[in-house]
Amino acid sequence: MTKLLIDDIEVDVPSDYTLLQACEAAGAEIPRFCFHERLSIAGNCRMCLVEVKGGPPKPTASCAMGVRDLRPGPNGEPPVVSTKSPMVKKAREGVMEFLLINHPLDCPICDQGGECDLQDQAMAFGADSSRFHENKRAVEDKYIGALVKTSMNRCIQCTRCVRFSTEVAGVTELGLTGRGEDVEITTYLERAMTSELQGNLVDLCPVGALTSKPQSFKLRPWELQKTESVDVMDALGSSIRVDSRGREVMRILPRINEAINEEWISDKTRHIVDGLKSQRLDRPYLRQNGKLVAVSWADALNTIANRIESSKIGAIVGQLASVEETFALKSLVNALGSTAISVEGVGALDPAKGRASYIFNSTVAGIDEADAVMLVGTNPRKEAPVLNARIRKRWRQGNLLVGVIGEKADLNYTYNYLGAGSESLEAFLGHAPASKQKPLLIVGAGAFENASVLANAAKAATSLGVFKEGWNGFSVLHTSAAAVGALDLGLKRTDLSGCDVIISLGADETELPASAYVVYIGTHGDAGAHRADVILPSATYTEKSATYVNTEGRVQLANRATFPPGNAREDWSILRALSDSVGHRLPFDSLSQLRAELYAAFPHFAAIDSILPGNAADLTNLGEGAGAMDKITFISPITDFYLTNPIARASKVMAECSALAHGALAQAAE
Amino acid sequence: MSVRRLTDQQPNSFEFSPENLDWATKQLTKYPAGRQASAVIPLLWRAQEQHDYWLPKPAIEKVADMLGMPYIRALEVATFYTMFNLAPVGKYFIQMCGTTPCMLRGSNDLKAVLEQRIGDQQHVTPDGKFSWLEVECLGACCNAPMVQINNDYYEDLTPVSFSKLLDDLDAGRPVIKGSQTGRKTSEPEFGKLTALTSFYPNVPLSNDNGAAAPAVAQTASNTDRPEMHVADAPVLTKRVSEEPISDMHKPELLCTARSGAADDLKLIWGVGPKLEIMLHEMGIFHFDQIAAWTQMNLLWVDQNLKSFKGRALRDGWIEQSKKLATGWRPSNSDGDKPV
Repeated sequence: MTKLLIDDIEVDVPSDYTLLQACEAAGAEIPRFCFHERLSIAGNCRMCLVEVKGGPPKPTASCAMGVRDLRPGPNGEPPVVSTKSPMVKKAREGVMEFLLINHPLDCPICDQGGECDLQDQAMAFGADSSRFHENKRAVEDKYIGALVKTSMNRCIQCTRCVRFSTEVAGVTELGLTGRGEDVEITTYLERAMTSELQGNLVDLCPVGALTSKPQSFKLRPWELQKTESVDVMDALGSSIRVDSRGREVMRILPRINEAINEEWISDKTRHIVDGLKSQRLDRPYLRQNGKLVAVSWADALNTIANRIESSKIGAIVGQLASVEETFALKSLVNALGSTAISVEGVGALDPAKGRASYIFNSTVAGIDEADAVMLVGTNPRKEAPVLNARIRKRWRQGNLLVGVIGEKADLNYTYNYLGAGSESLEAFLGHAPASKQKPLLIVGAGAFENASVLANAAKAATSLGVFKEGWNGFSVLHTSAAAVGALDLGLKRTDLSGCDVIISLGADETELPASAYVVYIGTHGDAGAHRADVILPSATYTEKSATYVNTEGRVQLANRATFPPGNAREDWSILRALSDSVGHRLPFDSLSQLRAELYAAFPHFAAIDSILPGNAADLTNLGEGAGAMDKITFISPITDFYLTNPIARASKVMAECSALAHGALAQAAE
Repeated sequence: MSVRRLTDQQPNSFEFSPENLDWATKQLTKYPAGRQASAVIPLLWRAQEQHDYWLPKPAIEKVADMLGMPYIRALEVATFYTMFNLAPVGKYFIQMCGTTPCMLRGSNDLKAVLEQRIGDQQHVTPDGKFSWLEVECLGACCNAPMVQINNDYYEDLTPVSFSKLLDDLDAGRPVIKGSQTGRKTSEPEFGKLTALTSFYPNVPLSNDNGAAAPAVAQTASNTDRPEMHVADAPVLTKRVSEEPISDMHKPELLCTARSGAADDLKLIWGVGPKLEIMLHEMGIFHFDQIAAWTQMNLLWVDQNLKSFKGRALRDGWIEQSKKLATGWRPSNSDGDKPV
């Protein structure tokens, strides 16, 4: 710890702090452009200048100065720093004036206007007018992909984008070419970026040089209603903020959540916004003579009621279903005397084996502590890019051993490739305990698809010492946002082949028995709707208050930002209405009553934002029950990151990204 | 300097020659494992040398591949350093120093020669022989003005000697590298000197055994400060003799001005009323007289200028008078210098 006197306030900060962090600890506001907490220090914008007594007689860039490098006073007094002296004020004004020399000041037509660091800091720390009468420099705009629009005249060369793409995203594609007045941010030969996290560049850019291409010229930040919510595009459950205007979701931004996504979100999370508006089901449909015909709710429900009466009923839960509607569905199907409820994307995971067998036990934040990572049957870059960035962050700190059993993919960090399938996993059965203290075994969908592989993975984990006192590194990485919630409700993959009527809760990825009569409760005209005999339009995750459980087992609440379109209704109320028409009225009339029921049956859902930890003994049992392992190759279920669910498939932006990723779209399209 | 980008016309591929590849492989071993990217500048440089002194895109990519660097990182280096040429250059690539010392010593005249002979910067002549670029200080200020042509420096240039140099290169004749006036390294123009010695032709110069030092010390006080003189001296075709200039180099002098009207010698930059009277006493009245002098005539006159010694050399009377003899006059009384 180091003592400092900052603006006459004495603070005691860790000695690895920078001066900027120390000043913030003392409550001083330090303006900055290039400095970012999660990126390396560049020290090139000079906005964070402060005065340090005893140092050289010039302002010091506080972001690049460590507190341990400060000199104490002659009698050992703590170093004195001033952030408010006339010298600092003048220095900041000078820096700001230089920054604005080549900045176009086109705020009225700039998408960053209203949430621009340069604008705000020019107001707070700049001079009132410009003394510059020369021509400003002009820089050509660059093409860097489908998601990020560039206005390079506005760039102040802070290099945050370069550092982000290199350090966090792990794709060294952006660079600063040229020198002096002619420096330019660009990708190599203006190729599109290949990162799944590139949308974050827009958040990082302190000016309007990098703005969001899909939303360009569509919105102003002050006209948006901001709703805090969680993401369902992958099982990570990233914290997001849904910005809406009227009935329309305009954009999705990340919220800082150190436990899950830090402050990044994937491009799919951010840019499926247009998918929320297209291909929507806004009224009930009934298949008549092979064609879907729009009908009223009453007709649709009555038709279903007639079909259900004397049938063997089944149900399937799709990958975007929330806990509430899954609970309602389970209650309804059970009331109708059936237990045939399947879940998409849970593979062979079985809630009977204990919660530890299907959650990410180490927690996402636990990755930071891990000293070895083994990826079994998963490609985290495609399944959860933000989690992959977290592994990469840990890998960059060094001393992390990464092994992969499964697909050989570009993960943005180096790893030892151990094999493609179960034969390679077999080598670890009865393996001596790992020498590493906190090994992490991430089991992905490619592996938990098969019960014998899952059990053997647990067995290998036991012998490797992956879970022990104070550390449980056996972590299941799901691909579906609904999976853990459904498993928590006691559901698992079930054979529906004998069912006459199947209620599909947004299940678009599963082939249903051809003979079954399918009631599809969903949002988009996708695969599930095409297969359906009755379509009941429902709400997406931005249109309802709903509980989701992420891959860690963390219970999170999504909030309603807008209303469902047309006659679409929230899923739970559709099931409630359906239960009424089939004569088995569910015992709740409102969402809060439903939640009361749910919390009574499953108390852990009431503990929002917390994790009910799994019991490591369950894993030992799972491993002990392992028999011979099927010989299979582990293949990640995600073939196209950008098109994994109905919302994403309805999004033009995602389609363009997907085409770019597959090299189908001509680079010169701009 | 302008925005540096890869040129449009690029070759399809680039491969190091076997000997360069050997050399490059050796360079890589200089660095610890994982730090091979440190060799990016030497490798790019070698690639440029091999590829007619410019770096094509395939060469940048080849080097990046060899060093395990992302292409954008190698491109950053190639675009940052101006000594990497990103577009084709002439067989003789002329880098003309335009920084202050060279500029003061006449690099603008060299620039005019280049513009007239070759054309714009970064433009290769149709025969592929020449292209040029104005660069910042090349560190040969003592011998300013200077240019670098490919790997060699050519110093102490005048427009005339520079034109001749270019002619010789064009015709394939041998050229002298380094100083074009025969100056050795960056010694002062008139011989080995230190600040305590004099360079005047009638004063014995110091030599290494120091025997002449007392005499030098006496005369030094009468003269202008040598370093000033060196900095301002006009170009001489050969090094000045250490002997006094003999009267055989006396120029043709007149008793009175032709037709009774002398030229206004004060128009020569550096000649004031005092000096004009002195010149008249010597028998010099007209610009064409001075314009006809040889360098030795000039030195003879200069040594007889008493307290104004050095002015004739320093101010380039011959060049100035040549111009004034053509009838050129400054725009006003305290106007432009003729040359």
